[in-house]
Amino acid sequence: MDMTVSILLTIATAATPLLIAAIGELVVERSGVLNLGVEGMMVMGAVAGFGAGFLTGSPWIGLVAAIVVGALFSLLFAVMTLSLATNQVATGLSLTLLGLGLSGMMGTGFVGLPGERLPNLYIPVLTDLPVVGKLLFGQDPIFYISIALVFGVSWFLFKTRTGLTLRSIGDSHTSAHALGIQVIKYRYLAVMFGGACAGLAGGHLSLVYTPQWVENMTAGRGWIALALVVFSSWRPLRVLAGAYIFGAVWIGQLHAQAFGIPVPSQFLSSLPYLATIVVLVIISRNKRLTMMNTPASLGQAFVPDR
Amino acid sequence: MKKLLIALMTSAAAMSVAVSAEAAEKLKVCWVYVGPIGDFGYSYQHDQGRLAVEKKLGDKVETAYLENVAEGPDAERAFERLARQGCKLIFGTSFGFMDAEVKVANKFPDIKFEHATGYKTAPNLGIYNARFYEGRYILGQIAAKQSKSGVAGYIVSFPIPEVVMGINSFMLGAQSINPNFKAKIVWVNSWFDPGKEADAAKALFDQGADIIVQHTDSTAPLQVAQERGLHGFGQASDMIKFAPKSQYTAIVDDWGPYYIERVEKVLDGSWKPEDRWEGIKAGAVFMAPYTNLPDDVKAMAEATQKKIADGWNPFTGPVAKQDGSAWLKDGEVADDKTLLGMNFYVKGVDDKLPQ
Repeated sequence: MDMTVSILLTIATAATPLLIAAIGELVVERSGVLNLGVEGMMVMGAVAGFGAGFLTGSPWIGLVAAIVVGALFSLLFAVMTLSLATNQVATGLSLTLLGLGLSGMMGTGFVGLPGERLPNLYIPVLTDLPVVGKLLFGQDPIFYISIALVFGVSWFLFKTRTGLTLRSIGDSHTSAHALGIQVIKYRYLAVMFGGACAGLAGGHLSLVYTPQWVENMTAGRGWIALALVVFSSWRPLRVLAGAYIFGAVWIGQLHAQAFGIPVPSQFLSSLPYLATIVVLVIISRNKRLTMMNTPASLGQAFVPDR
Repeated sequence: MKKLLIALMTSAAAMSVAVSAEAAEKLKVCWVYVGPIGDFGYSYQHDQGRLAVEKKLGDKVETAYLENVAEGPDAERAFERLARQGCKLIFGTSFGFMDAEVKVANKFPDIKFEHATGYKTAPNLGIYNARFYEGRYILGQIAAKQSKSGVAGYIVSFPIPEVVMGINSFMLGAQSINPNFKAKIVWVNSWFDPGKEADAAKALFDQGADIIVQHTDSTAPLQVAQERGLHGFGQASDMIKFAPKSQYTAIVDDWGPYYIERVEKVLDGSWKPEDRWEGIKAGAVFMAPYTNLPDDVKAMAEATQKKIADGWNPFTGPVAKQDGSAWLKDGEVADDKTLLGMNFYVKGVDDKLPQ
């Protein structure tokens, strides 16, 4: 039983950064903007979180710094693509490249130093409950934020008027504009929300997952988050499922290896990615459903006519 | 005004001549790294070696480096660029630079090249490597002494001879203390991914291992050990700061003395391409201070370290292969060629080697 709990906790830690980055990108894409810079924003959040936590001695300040830096960094993307109408794919990719390089430069002084770790939640009695205690009441704070984000975003997109407006912009920015909705303003806010989430996801890496700073420590997690958004066909609850399936397959393959199951390790390592592809294939077989969910103006530049 | 301008120009010209004259006196030595110097692992240690050269010979040499150079065709451009920029001695530090470096070395016969962990040479290209496996034998002994469950978790990157050699050496060390010692092996198929390495460490601990060994480059597994109150070993650099209560010791690569020696040889004109593979004896590999250990285990580790420094090879028979067939006869020592191409496990390793 202890082992099951421990495995579940490990899965939650592995899934949390993917989940947060993906839920942020989901909102961005729902507004019709494709930001491929998730990896870059994440790694910037990671270096900012570690740096601020290390310099002030408070991981909480680190957490805030990660969010703020992620949002500010995404602002660069927003100015380029929204105000200057540059190509979103190219701008997003360069944001990733810039983030990886810039964070490496900023982090030079932090290499090889142990960081501050965010403490796990502890509620007397509740956390000490057998089995469920640690799972429900004993995880790191960002885990609870991630779950709150999923339900918050789901409620916002589908139950509020602003959410409806945001989705309408993603489906047809021209019509939304014609109705007098400030397309660019909404998109700015959406992109910055995505940046803040990616920054937070990066902060999770450098403040909880592995409290340290090393160059390129995101190691491709931003790209997995991007895949998860498509995987979920732009639905928040499916992002939750996707991130945990991904985490479970990943942790499961490590356990399989340690258990000595004679399957080639390269195959096991590629399993999570394989699973993503399989689900993508299954989802995209239903063309009508995919069409219904995909934001129709995704990735298109929008220049207001007046 | 015109006179002043001419005066300025001539003095500027004179100054630039002075600068280049000084530059010509200094020997330019260059490095090519596969990773960022901030990895706090393999490339970091090579760069520490470069800094040691600067510190010792800074008045006679200037150094330069290129980091994050991908293995393959890109590497050729990197080496050629350094050669054209006036580097007189160039170190390539990764296995995958081998062919690129050989090619560029043939193109620039007046420039001296050295390549780490490879096996191809040329009249102006030498090779060097370090015997990391010597340290792993000591880790094996410590693990077998300290483990309560008799199981170590071993996180590994890729099934190349270097890594396989390390696993075998570790197991021989462990078996010399406890013949029934087991190691659970997890391949993460990456040299460097702190998150995956941490997950692998958690998985191994969950399955009963109480000591973690790694042949990947980040400090994450040790941090997990620290969180769980268990123990492990650092890799490539001394990682004690990340796990003050959990690190027993670390195998540290120290390239400084080697680099200084080679640069000095170029300076006095006695450089020749060589094939150097040194370990604890020459100081290319050393053990970080033994900590968190009882005195008797510490003494044992130090005794083994001394034995190795005196020339004993951990791969000394009798050693059987995994399937039980004989490999080394009693007293027979494995030759370097077999070690450098090692693609089999010794007896007692509980894993199927990915081919």
